[in-house]
Amino acid sequence: MHSLKPVTALGGIEPRTDVFHHLSIIENDGLALASFAARRGFELECQTVLKGLLGVVPSVGKAIFNDPISGFWLGPDQWMLTAPHDSHELLADIVKNECGAAASMSEQTGAWVCFDVIGDALLAFCERICSAPIRQMQGGDTRRTSIHHLNCILIKQSAGDQIRIFGPRASADSLHHALFTTATALA
Amino acid sequence: MNQVNRLKGGQIDRSVTHRFKFDGKTFEGHQGDTLASALLANGVRLMGRSFKYHRPRGVLTAGSEEPNALVELRNGARQEPNSRATTIELFDGLLAKSQNRLGPLKYDLLAINDRFSNFLTAGFYYKTFMWPAAFWEKVYEPIIRRAAGLGSLSQLDDPDVYDKGFLHCDLLVIGAGPAGLAAALTAGRSGAEVILADEDFRMGGRLNCESLTLDDQSAPAWADDVVAELKSLPNVRVMHRTTIIGAFDHGIYGAVERISDHLIVPDLGKPRQILWRIYTKRTILATGAIERPIAFENNDRPGIMLASAIRTYANRFAVAANKKIVIFTNNDDGHRTAKDLHAMGVEVCGVIDVRADAPRSLDYEVLHGQVVDTKGRLGLNQVKIRLENGNIRSLDCGALGVSGGWNPNVHLTCHQRGRPTWRDDIAAFVPGVDLPLGMSVAGAASGIMSTTGALQSGTDAACAALSAIGIKSRAITIPQTEDAPVSIQPFWYVKGCRRAWIDLQNDVTVKDIQLSHQEGFRAVEHLKRYTTLGMATDQGKTSNMGGLAIMAELAGTSIPKAGTTIFRPPYTPTAIGVFAGRHRGQDFHPKRLTPSHKWAKEQGAAFVEVGNWMRAQWFPLAGETKWRESVDREVLAVRTSVGVCDVTTLGKIDVQGAEAAEFLNKIYCNGFAKLAVGKCRYGLMLREDGIAKDDGTAARLANDHFVVTTTTANALPVYRHMEFVRQCLFPDMDVQLISTTESWAQYAVAGPNSRALLQKIIDPFTDLSNDAFPFMSCANVTVCGGLRARLFRISFSGELAYELAVPTAYGDALIRKIIAVGAEFNVTPYGTEALGVLRIEKGHAAGNELNGTTTAQNLGMGKLVSKTKDSIGSILSERAALTAPGTLCQVGIKPLNPADPVIAGAHLMNEKGPIDAAHDQGYVTSACFSPNLGHAIAIGFLKDGDLRFGEKMRLVSPLTGIETKIEIVSAHFIDPQGERLRA
Repeated sequence: MHSLKPVTALGGIEPRTDVFHHLSIIENDGLALASFAARRGFELECQTVLKGLLGVVPSVGKAIFNDPISGFWLGPDQWMLTAPHDSHELLADIVKNECGAAASMSEQTGAWVCFDVIGDALLAFCERICSAPIRQMQGGDTRRTSIHHLNCILIKQSAGDQIRIFGPRASADSLHHALFTTATALA
Repeated sequence: MNQVNRLKGGQIDRSVTHRFKFDGKTFEGHQGDTLASALLANGVRLMGRSFKYHRPRGVLTAGSEEPNALVELRNGARQEPNSRATTIELFDGLLAKSQNRLGPLKYDLLAINDRFSNFLTAGFYYKTFMWPAAFWEKVYEPIIRRAAGLGSLSQLDDPDVYDKGFLHCDLLVIGAGPAGLAAALTAGRSGAEVILADEDFRMGGRLNCESLTLDDQSAPAWADDVVAELKSLPNVRVMHRTTIIGAFDHGIYGAVERISDHLIVPDLGKPRQILWRIYTKRTILATGAIERPIAFENNDRPGIMLASAIRTYANRFAVAANKKIVIFTNNDDGHRTAKDLHAMGVEVCGVIDVRADAPRSLDYEVLHGQVVDTKGRLGLNQVKIRLENGNIRSLDCGALGVSGGWNPNVHLTCHQRGRPTWRDDIAAFVPGVDLPLGMSVAGAASGIMSTTGALQSGTDAACAALSAIGIKSRAITIPQTEDAPVSIQPFWYVKGCRRAWIDLQNDVTVKDIQLSHQEGFRAVEHLKRYTTLGMATDQGKTSNMGGLAIMAELAGTSIPKAGTTIFRPPYTPTAIGVFAGRHRGQDFHPKRLTPSHKWAKEQGAAFVEVGNWMRAQWFPLAGETKWRESVDREVLAVRTSVGVCDVTTLGKIDVQGAEAAEFLNKIYCNGFAKLAVGKCRYGLMLREDGIAKDDGTAARLANDHFVVTTTTANALPVYRHMEFVRQCLFPDMDVQLISTTESWAQYAVAGPNSRALLQKIIDPFTDLSNDAFPFMSCANVTVCGGLRARLFRISFSGELAYELAVPTAYGDALIRKIIAVGAEFNVTPYGTEALGVLRIEKGHAAGNELNGTTTAQNLGMGKLVSKTKDSIGSILSERAALTAPGTLCQVGIKPLNPADPVIAGAHLMNEKGPIDAAHDQGYVTSACFSPNLGHAIAIGFLKDGDLRFGEKMRLVSPLTGIETKIEIVSAHFIDPQGERLRA
């Protein structure tokens, strides 16, 4: 076991949670991420691997929530996979072992900050932060969107009153500031 | 005075009284008042001074089209100039003051301008301030600038916050008058997602201003019921105090919602306003119409108002504009005002109608004639009328309601260059056929001027709009109400008048328009610029048509042939703050923090913005008071022992796939196909035109896996370029790309002791010896007892150096570990300044050299461009002009006198000869003080520079008067043989 202690994207030892009466913003530090891109000529094999991992292959603009590995669509023949960090820290290697040379895998855990937002004011909150049509989105719908000038991915969770936001980790403070001030304005 | 003009009735809440101040004097009004209605209720007619002549001015309208009653609202940092008293919702504690005056409002010293009006006509300053030419900058312009504008700014930062937001709907209904309410109700009942927006704080539009009934309800009560039903529908969003300011492409509308403007200060954390971007499938424009005035001599006195505004103040706000009122009209609507006023007990002294067949009344006198002049210094007290038989008659009064007909509010139909069309029957422009995509127009905005017509057109428009997007709906049942036809005789101005105001906001008179015509400024757009007609806060909502009509008459053409100006967003003045939203000050753009940011902050590092990144610039120690002291120390530490620098910001792109190497062969001008696994290579990327694009290294971690690095500044452009090449130029290649810049925390560990230090970090089974891990090696390793990491033996400093990457979450721990275990080597953190010095000492090119004009040959890397393969830019890099004799070549520069500075940007000139552009030999791109050499050094580009080492030259900057004697040397000031980095 190595001796280096990780910090969260917001720089803390523990993930940060902000609780308002109408919303909670929860830094989710418990996810491992890996990008999955099918290699040319191996698209069907990759679909089979993904189906085995997720149950269903996420289609355009969709996320699949599965245990332990979930995933969402990123682009043509490209997906992002997520899993609990504690059990799947080496998610990219784990999946690579299954798909071999059929897919290109890259570890992405350190590239993203993840915020889960939950609460009654969720829809109004979303309307203030990004252009995603949150009221029309169903559980599992995913949008690439801009929040505070940052390229983010927004996923409406299967429970309709929760969203997950992935943003660039180096800008975690700026993204959190944008979310926090918006929640404050809605309080 | 205590609300001397307050009437019975209205839609104000008398149980709530607000105290407010205007020009320091305290008044009272009620909940539901505007500042204008409350001032009128208190008998205040004089509210401001005009722009140019400083003439006394009062309120003209009751809406956002107001040109006159502009005030400075609030004080201190929240002071907002040019606020329209007609739209300011009264609140307790409101502070307002009149503007554009010198001295008290009643005795404005600048009113003397009015005496010189003959010299201040349209275009006067184009003609007046021609001579002497030298006076323009020092005398005339300062005076004009001081006189320009209306209100004043506090010059303080806005203390409020503004939000932005995004809404989506099936149908956007703009305006909540009868047409808008009917449309929204129709769509709301159908289940469609509807947004109903209205700029007023009370919905209902003209229904709030009329004494009509709809079935057995008063018009306001009917509106209230509809609004209540709409609010009860979950699929309808009712937005009060929301102005749609612009119609943009693809069904996107801009809207400003005033959240806190009716409060003395916003609630804590709440925004003052929100700028909404509304995405809609269909839009119904139901913005009604704006009444227009008639121009006559001295038609600008306080008390002279639009007749419909007088009716609004009476019916909605329970305010009589005055005890004695006269109406001047060319259409039946003026008579409606007279009837309502009479019914409310206000004395109507007479109705002057230009039409011979005007309706008669038993309740007041109707005169066939025209108003030809008025009296009253600070407020109207008499109107002079020329009757049809030529007799002149005077009527004493305190208010005059003028009705020249109604202009449909077509502004939003023009935002995408739609041209309105003319309708003779209502003497007005109506929306043309080229509406913004998905928009339809209903009610008075489309020229349907009766209440019944508006309601019917609203529900019909909603049914049509929803049908077009596949939503079934059914028209609502229209209540029984007014359905009078329009009866109007076009009449724009009284003949013979000179000082008759067309544009009250800009002091443009009939005479100015005549002058414009006389001097050849006849096209509508020229008329506007020459006279300023239609400019400023009201954008000519009450004046454009009058000006156009007079110009058409002078030009002997019809109004539609004379044309109309195009309206542009925003519809009403919009605070810059709401466009900025939260993006101001240090939140103007997001920041990117490096993994070592927290630690660097603890060390007291100075930071510099590099793109969005915050990079440590240097790390001052106690006692170091100048940045050079810190930077020199850091540079020397790297050269003599070991330093560490966070280089996470360099772009990292994962390149994988069976043809990854082939792909890099296309991207880079030098070869990569044969790069062995476990090796790195410097790569130079060219643009298609052969100019250098970016450089970096590519490390081959596996046969089908490379990690490419880019410069910090070009991380995104290079990634975008590579994606373009992958997707568009070589779509058949098996290669996949993804950015991993933020996935890995990466540190450069540089200096003769770097290996020894890393041996304490990297787990023992990795052999770091020079034989096992020579220069330009790379490997997956583990550190600190098993954490996965990547190690690259590359050097930007020219020293024995490595770059070590770990997953980002461990970046903070790793820097602390490096500093802790490196203590025995006195490991020194260094920032971007030292990084720059080190690379200049080594002669390595960076952004200053890869500046978009230089080629591989310029950079001294011409031989790097492979002739044995094809790559982007390689062919065009061989263009004759790029390779001809005299081509710039990268060189080193040092001063002959070691004490002399060398300045980046300065130009190289021969030792003797003229100093001018024709004799320019080259320029300096990067310069610094080298603590290792003890003098300034620089790198730059010199014609045939590689052949001129040892030549003495002059380094000049004619702009700053610098001339320094220098010598051309190799750019590799330190270790030109590269022995250190291979040690």
